[in-house]
Amino acid sequence: MAKGIKNKTAIIGMGCTKFGEFWDKSADDLIVEACQEALRDAGIKVKDIDAAWWGAAVEDVSFGRSGVPLARALKLKNIPVTRVENYCATGTEAIRGACYAVASGACDVALAVGCEKLKDTGFGGLPDVGPGEEFKFYYPNFTAPGMFAQVANAYFRRYGLSREEGKRMLARVSWKSHQNGVMNPRAHLRVAPDLESMIAAPIIADPLSLFDCCGVSDGAAAAIVVRAEMAKDFRADPIYIKALQMSLTPGTGLMHQSWDCTHIHSTRIAGAKAYEEAGISVPREEISLMEVHDCFSINELITYECLGISPVGEARHDVEAGFFDLDGKIPCQSDGGLKCFGHPIGASGIRMAYEIYKQLQGKAEPEKRQIKKDLRLGLTHNLGGFPGSTVCSVALFGNEL
Amino acid sequence: MVGITSYGAYIPRYRLLRKTIYDAMGWFNGATVSVAKGQKAVANYDEDSVTMAVAAAQDCLKGVTRDKIGGLSLSSTTVPYLERQNAAICSAALALRPDIRTADFGTSLKSGTTALLYACETVQAGGIESFLVCAADCRQGKPGSTLEHTLGDGAAAILVGKDDVVAELKGSYSLTRDIADYRRTDEDAFVRSWEERWIRDEGYGKTLMAAVQGFLKKYDIPIDAFAKVIIACPSSGAVRGIAKRLKIDPSQLQDNLMDNVGDTGSAMSLMGLVSALEEAKPGDKILVVSYGSGSDVLFFEATDKIETIRDRTGIKGHVNQWVELDKYTKYLVYRDLIPVEVGIRGEEMPPVRLSVMHREGSTMAALCGSRCKACGTPQYPKQHVCVNPDCGAVDQMEDYPFQDKIGRVKSFTRDNLAFSISPPAMYGLIDFEDGGRLHLDITDSELDQLDEGTPVKMGFRRRYADKRRGIYAYFWKAIPVNVEAKK
Repeated sequence: MAKGIKNKTAIIGMGCTKFGEFWDKSADDLIVEACQEALRDAGIKVKDIDAAWWGAAVEDVSFGRSGVPLARALKLKNIPVTRVENYCATGTEAIRGACYAVASGACDVALAVGCEKLKDTGFGGLPDVGPGEEFKFYYPNFTAPGMFAQVANAYFRRYGLSREEGKRMLARVSWKSHQNGVMNPRAHLRVAPDLESMIAAPIIADPLSLFDCCGVSDGAAAAIVVRAEMAKDFRADPIYIKALQMSLTPGTGLMHQSWDCTHIHSTRIAGAKAYEEAGISVPREEISLMEVHDCFSINELITYECLGISPVGEARHDVEAGFFDLDGKIPCQSDGGLKCFGHPIGASGIRMAYEIYKQLQGKAEPEKRQIKKDLRLGLTHNLGGFPGSTVCSVALFGNEL
Repeated sequence: MVGITSYGAYIPRYRLLRKTIYDAMGWFNGATVSVAKGQKAVANYDEDSVTMAVAAAQDCLKGVTRDKIGGLSLSSTTVPYLERQNAAICSAALALRPDIRTADFGTSLKSGTTALLYACETVQAGGIESFLVCAADCRQGKPGSTLEHTLGDGAAAILVGKDDVVAELKGSYSLTRDIADYRRTDEDAFVRSWEERWIRDEGYGKTLMAAVQGFLKKYDIPIDAFAKVIIACPSSGAVRGIAKRLKIDPSQLQDNLMDNVGDTGSAMSLMGLVSALEEAKPGDKILVVSYGSGSDVLFFEATDKIETIRDRTGIKGHVNQWVELDKYTKYLVYRDLIPVEVGIRGEEMPPVRLSVMHREGSTMAALCGSRCKACGTPQYPKQHVCVNPDCGAVDQMEDYPFQDKIGRVKSFTRDNLAFSISPPAMYGLIDFEDGGRLHLDITDSELDQLDEGTPVKMGFRRRYADKRRGIYAYFWKAIPVNVEAKK
């Protein structure tokens, strides 16, 4: 009977580059920078790595396929390197691979790296997901903002929000993230606009406007994992993985009328399974901080509900009460989130883990960003695909066994 | 008895006021002020002669069993493909049987009536029981020309058969006449013409007089026997002159729609015929006179079944349902007459895998999905495994058509980021009243028409044009059902 991953693996080192528009940096530059920080943090050398998982989604833009680009960048000598991709949940997918490898006993030290060079596409926003027949033939020429905008329209209508009320609610979500990101030297966007200008910003895909949508950027992040029983050989404060869950819809949301267009089913399932794996019964009380997939403000909002933190249809009240602010009950996006970092697809899931890791260790940089309360359990939520057809990874981390 | 068993028509939703054209180009050719009255119908950026023909055919085939149709023809001088039969594209879109005869009739403005005659004669000869004749045109005049004002877009569809005939073909007379009054070679995008006065006298005048007189003599029938005379000639002045000489009373003349639709080329004669049919009473005699490299004259007589077909949108239902295309530059961009900056995102055009498209078959061409026989859930695209979360049955599907169903918008957006020739791109999830959900582009919609619950019908449209590789790809879009009339 499968018992799950709780307390079987630990992160002993992490690295994360600054995220931004790096016209002068290649994928190699970012990978080496993130991995060097992770290796220093873990106190190990490259030769100590037994296997690597390389998360990169849009390979045709900057690095090509297979695990070869990572092996070549780091000069990994003859070890297994697996490239993984699962839309925007790619980063967490790399962590999953590394964790299961060490947990199985197949190896001792595994590296997870995520990187994307999205600014080489030549335009803003994510590129088309791929010329596969499914999207090109059957679906409209859609964008990511357009798909989430549909959820926003449906959510406003279902819960009786006027357009003004809805847009204000969403802007408050992003406002909070910018207040956090402005303090973070690694973030791409370090501005903290006032709420009214955020509401009035130009529309991208109605009703979502500029500040409801995260940008795209370049960046890389890395994690080194070992089995939990070995973790204290490397550092005094390893971060233990309490749960690693993933859920994919069968894509039926876009084909069957049962999906109500106002929630993400994959998030509900992955969240519930993660809580079960970690032994959490009241997430609203037991989770200390979260990094969720705020590609769009509406997704962050419904994620609060789908993760069972806020009651369904009522996240607005928590948002307006500051429940998720840095000084709130469950700080969310304490580093600024996708909103301030942008979304280099392969890196984002690992960047989320990086923030949880540092906060749980009490080592957030600079010090004023450190959440000043007793932190025990951190959650990352990493969502790929489009509403109605999604892949969601939820991971839980703790600083105690 | 052989004749018309059903009919339909289509006029695109947009109207370009001729004043708008004149305001933009009158500085260049002041003489166009003489034609700058009224408006013309303009196809949307995602329409062409093939899509308009399919729309007219959808109208014609309401309540008709499509399996009984044994042939389809498309008459047009503006088909998108010069090799790859356009009638076959229409036939696939309409989900007709594969074992039928299809043909394109082109290159002359009388090709609509010519095809109609051949269809009647084929049915008469017994080879085919039921034949669908479609005609559509979206001809183009050069910016600054008179033709730019007078040409308009439209389509008609006539079903010919032996059973339940509503208008019998009683006779015909044809003239062929090679005259280069209008012309367009394989290298021209625009219609060319000679002097209008010459066309009026030598072209319309001589040809139409000879055609009608030849017909009347052949059948020894007086002109005043006809309840309606359709003269498919874009020059209202020429028509008046001919009518006077032939002693056709103005009340007999079918409105040629030049004031509010324009010169619809190959479709003009059949659109006029549809206009007459939708008002005809049993026993009415109808004369159709086409023009283009000669003339066909067709004589129909409405039967006592003519009033059984009165639920078509036809001409009546389309002619007053329109929205103004408010800018001349939009017309230029929709017609690809000026280069525009599509941006790097817009330039992305991954290769279309034609073998994959072909494999999709009726799924793509006819918006045909499947219905699970185990739980009855309609689904799209066709599935092996049922999408119903409570079912999951494997390979228990039957074909299920969506193109004739009405849906309602479930979720939607107006997307300023997605590339579109007519931004913002509008799309969303459409839930069908009989079951099933599709994710579709929404077209022919004003910005404020779109809301949760807006009813939509399915329309066959040009999805994109890959000019580099010479591919026009077609698919279905959702169209809001209730368009507010604007005059």
